[in-house]
Amino acid sequence: MINLPATFKISLRALRTNKMRSALTMLGIIIGVSAVITMLAVGTGASNKISEQISSMGSNLLIVFPGSITAGGLRMGSGSQSTLTSDDAMAIMRECSAVVEEAVPTLNGAAQIVFGNQNWSTSVYGTTPGMLFVRDWQLADGRIFNDQEVKNAAKVAVLGQTVVTNLFGEMNPSGQVIRIKKVPFTVIGVLSEKGQSMMGQDQDDVIYIPLATAQRKIFGTGAVPNMVRSITVKARSAADLKPAERQITELLKQRHRIGPHQEGDFTVRNLTQMMMVAEQSTQVMTLLLGAIASVSMLVGGIGIMNIMLVSVTERTKEIGIRMAVGAKSWDIRLQFIIEALTLSLIGGLTGILLGLIAAYAVSVFAGWPTVVSPLSVIFAFGFSGLIGIFFGFYPAYKASLLNPIDALRYE
Amino acid sequence: MAASGETRSREGYSTNMALIETEDLSRIYNLGGNSVRALDGVSINIRQGEFVAIMGPSGSGKSTFMNIIGCLDQATGGRYLLDNIEVEKMDRDAVARVRNEKIGFVFQGFNLLSRTSALENIELPLLYRNVPAAERKGLALSALKAMGLEGWENHHPNQLSGGQQQRVAIARALVNNAPLILADEPTGNLDTKTSTEIMEVFVKLNREKSITIVLVTHEHDIAAYSGRIIRFLDGRILSDEPVKAK
Repeated sequence: MINLPATFKISLRALRTNKMRSALTMLGIIIGVSAVITMLAVGTGASNKISEQISSMGSNLLIVFPGSITAGGLRMGSGSQSTLTSDDAMAIMRECSAVVEEAVPTLNGAAQIVFGNQNWSTSVYGTTPGMLFVRDWQLADGRIFNDQEVKNAAKVAVLGQTVVTNLFGEMNPSGQVIRIKKVPFTVIGVLSEKGQSMMGQDQDDVIYIPLATAQRKIFGTGAVPNMVRSITVKARSAADLKPAERQITELLKQRHRIGPHQEGDFTVRNLTQMMMVAEQSTQVMTLLLGAIASVSMLVGGIGIMNIMLVSVTERTKEIGIRMAVGAKSWDIRLQFIIEALTLSLIGGLTGILLGLIAAYAVSVFAGWPTVVSPLSVIFAFGFSGLIGIFFGFYPAYKASLLNPIDALRYE
Repeated sequence: MAASGETRSREGYSTNMALIETEDLSRIYNLGGNSVRALDGVSINIRQGEFVAIMGPSGSGKSTFMNIIGCLDQATGGRYLLDNIEVEKMDRDAVARVRNEKIGFVFQGFNLLSRTSALENIELPLLYRNVPAAERKGLALSALKAMGLEGWENHHPNQLSGGQQQRVAIARALVNNAPLILADEPTGNLDTKTSTEIMEVFVKLNREKSITIVLVTHEHDIAAYSGRIIRFLDGRILSDEPVKAK
């Protein structure tokens, strides 16, 4: 084996001799590495955002909607039937407690809110205190209504951040009286900020009030006194989602007197699963982007091989001289491999730098969230090194096979 | 014959011992279906400490002979022993080691690495022998000084005169303490005055360090520096006789 520092010095000298050529050869690797880093940063950013949204929605969620009604041959769509009641929610809690941690009934609708001379239209959710737990939501200030207040249909409200900003500005809303559809409510709490949902909805544009209050004083329930628009169910774990879905379906069919083979008058949606699928698809997308970018690194590697082959031919005489003074096959091989490695690693480092800049630029100018993971940097750097060794090997091997006397005589 | 401290002890070599021994050596080239006999049954003994000049017209096989005894090329027939080692049976890397340890080359075209300083050129054989950097530098520097090139160590070959370049090449050949120097028309690219200087260097090395020198030339006054002249013709030895003392 050969002296590594000396070999490295020889490689650098050889690369410096052909500055332009070395730079152009590196360009392939530079573009490849920076593309890999940028693409992985964009992909990781997207999938991180989705994960964030999933956890902001609350984990292990199922949502039960009432089924559609058919009026004069027209099917009115999901949720149009008023078959779901808060009793159903209580029954789910009672009967499926092995797999269900919490079931929260909700009656929601849009309403105009007035405070002083300000007004705002938002979604008003009549629900139970369990809602905050189900959605993993914290209060920024004050408290949530208790079971007593739900039972008594108390006129108290908990506001989302967007509502607070639009009605109160900088003012502290606690204890203030707002009007929802002209009914006065006392603000008892403010929710912490949650941000956008996966569908781009502002989750903070919301008011929570006791379910009974919504049913009796704001939206009305028509013929069914306990009607709700949905029941949000939190399963005990991700593994319990499937059994919970099955048990709830069975229970509600039974309660609604629907035969086992008939279609139910309700729908159970596995929200978390849907989100997970979305998350997985972004991950696949990230991998795909990375793979495509890796192809450009490969192309860069072929460029290195090309130049190394030219270099071996050009320096045949030098190889001959080295062999004459006693360079062994591996000495020659190592020299050219190190040269290729130096090219690819300098290219790799430059590419990483460029990739970081590009990822930053994408997040600033395109507004996409980008996350450069250290792993992607290590991967790109390692991969460029591997490419250098891999594509440097053949030219190096070719050089080492030269016959000393033929190499010496080469002009 | 004062061996300096750095010079490897040569007690092992008796002056009667053959350093180069060939037996019926032949080399056949295949050029487009025609086989050309460049060497045709050459048997020679060169003893340790000899100064041999090889002469002959172009195509006489003298260069082929030099390449084979220099382990740069392989014979197609016959036997070659270098310092009692049968080189023909060795693999590439073992032969490379033999070149590194036993042989110093001096070529007509100098064959120095361009864009590489004189000192680094001299260091080259040591590099392939894994001598540590500091020691390498020291040995190369003393070889360079021995050739009277002090102050030129950082010059690149293209900044040196022909004579200086050839001195660098000789220093490179000496730095590993090889017992044999093979010089292929070392004065072919030099003027008469410089040629004389270079030849005097060879004579001195042969006399003072008892380094065996085999030199290819076609100039009689260059061959006259040697102690024995072997003439080649058509791949065979035409004559082999000692040079009469001047």
